[in-house]
Amino acid sequence: MGYFSNKAVLNKTSVKAEINEQVLLKGLAKSDAKAIETIYKNNFSMVQSFVLNNNGTYDDARDIFQEAMIVLYENAKTDSFVLTCQIKTYVYSICRRLWLKRLQHLNRYTSPAESLEETVAVEEDLEYQEKLNADFAIMERALGSLGEPCRSLLEAYYLQKKDMTDIATSFGYTNADNAKNQKYKCLLRLKKLFFSQYNIGE
Amino acid sequence: MDDILLLDTTERYLKGELSAAEKADFEQLRRTTPEVDQMVVEHNMFLHQITAFGENREYKHQLYEVHERLEETGEISNGVVTGEGKVVQLWKRYKKVTSIAATIASVTALVISALVSYFSPTNKGEIVQLNRKINQVMHSYNVQSKQLNELKSKVPMYEKALNGGTSFLIDGSGFLITNAHVVKGSSTILVQNNKGQEFKAVIAHIDNMKDLAILKIDDEDFKSFPSLPYRIRRGTTDLGEPIYTLGFPKDEIVYNEGYMSAKTGYNGDTMSYQIAVSANPGNSGGPVFNRNGEVIGILSTSQPTAQGVVFAIKSRNVYQAIDSLKKEDTSYQNLKASSVSSLKGLDRVQQIKQIQDCVFMVKSFTK
Repeated sequence: MGYFSNKAVLNKTSVKAEINEQVLLKGLAKSDAKAIETIYKNNFSMVQSFVLNNNGTYDDARDIFQEAMIVLYENAKTDSFVLTCQIKTYVYSICRRLWLKRLQHLNRYTSPAESLEETVAVEEDLEYQEKLNADFAIMERALGSLGEPCRSLLEAYYLQKKDMTDIATSFGYTNADNAKNQKYKCLLRLKKLFFSQYNIGE
Repeated sequence: MDDILLLDTTERYLKGELSAAEKADFEQLRRTTPEVDQMVVEHNMFLHQITAFGENREYKHQLYEVHERLEETGEISNGVVTGEGKVVQLWKRYKKVTSIAATIASVTALVISALVSYFSPTNKGEIVQLNRKINQVMHSYNVQSKQLNELKSKVPMYEKALNGGTSFLIDGSGFLITNAHVVKGSSTILVQNNKGQEFKAVIAHIDNMKDLAILKIDDEDFKSFPSLPYRIRRGTTDLGEPIYTLGFPKDEIVYNEGYMSAKTGYNGDTMSYQIAVSANPGNSGGPVFNRNGEVIGILSTSQPTAQGVVFAIKSRNVYQAIDSLKKEDTSYQNLKASSVSSLKGLDRVQQIKQIQDCVFMVKSFTK
């Protein structure tokens, strides 16, 4: 009898937890600081112990975990993403996959440690992430080879979303129109650099 | 100019900022001009890419910060693995086994502890007191300046070298901070970057009490920086935090690393920190960075009677110096200390690569 009452309580809390997880994911997609911190706090030590128990260091755990957090974030941002398991399970699956892959790279791969946790298939999400990372690398390279002040100017406008007048004063242009003019020239160069690489990737 | 307008309109169109009439006009233009239509599509794709890139980068910074914060509050830590989540799952799975094991373990533990307490000799009174006798140490300050004996291109004629030190940019338009004792009593000041270029500088503000001086580069050859890679920290720093310095104890930039030793400086001076790092004459006025590449102090003095005891003026004094400069002279209203850092998350070598151009050697001369 005792078991039955126990299960009922468990179900109630799990429904609540599920709603909570959806809220967290929504927050994460908007890169809400509180959501990031909560997910981080709740899952890091699990990944830490997994990595430490499998030939890794604290820093490895941190890298792997942050990579998984990025996968979760980028996927949470897409409309089609539906998480069919707990965040914990998802993060663990990704970390496990990433870590075993890295061990293989380093030739330190022993036999795959038998998983104590349940895992879900994450291959597709990881592939999506790889594609994104490749795109980001192209953008990073393009921005990098742009040179100053173009790079800072475009970052101020497109990434930090600063106002053209503010940009003009902080960069020392006499007025916003001149800054806009410069921005336009820089943008043409950046787009050229970016698309010359990006098209190849397509 | 037309192209700029077109781009501007495209961006506003994509952001949905155009008025209904403008939008209709623009869509008409798209329909009639394939080039424009193609441009809009391409630009939309590009904007999407650069925004995603920016968000990704921002998010990585956030992750890094969250990690630091959680480490600071002790909620995650290097070393002992707590792993609450895992424990809970394991508990569900191995409840029975665990409880049996726990029972055996607790019985064994009881037996062992009983045996130990029975057999072990009592050792009261064997504890050695580990306090120490403190001698009165004769402190003496050693100002980290060095005599210059080299004269170069922009060096003034008929003036002799007085002091050498380090300074670093606090505002990309050419404002540097250094120690007052580096430039005190000088008639000419030259600053030299890591590439060996020299620039003339003047003292904009000097505070001998705080031992801080703000220099303004006054030289046509100097190209201002649109933004500085590091920021100047307002808050305090914790004991044990790793730090590093860049300075000019010789004609070339020199890197050193250490850690925060104490929150106060010489004789409990609350304006400065005590740090453990190797510093030599010429390091005066150099920046002290934490691992995020934030300036936390200005290296100023050392205590030669003790090894590795160096004092650095807390970085928040830079803000006070700027404020008093602005009060003294209204023409400096635009001076703004760098408060955004782009170094977080980068490794040390990458950080230094970006920082080193902003650190200058100071040479002062007197008539």
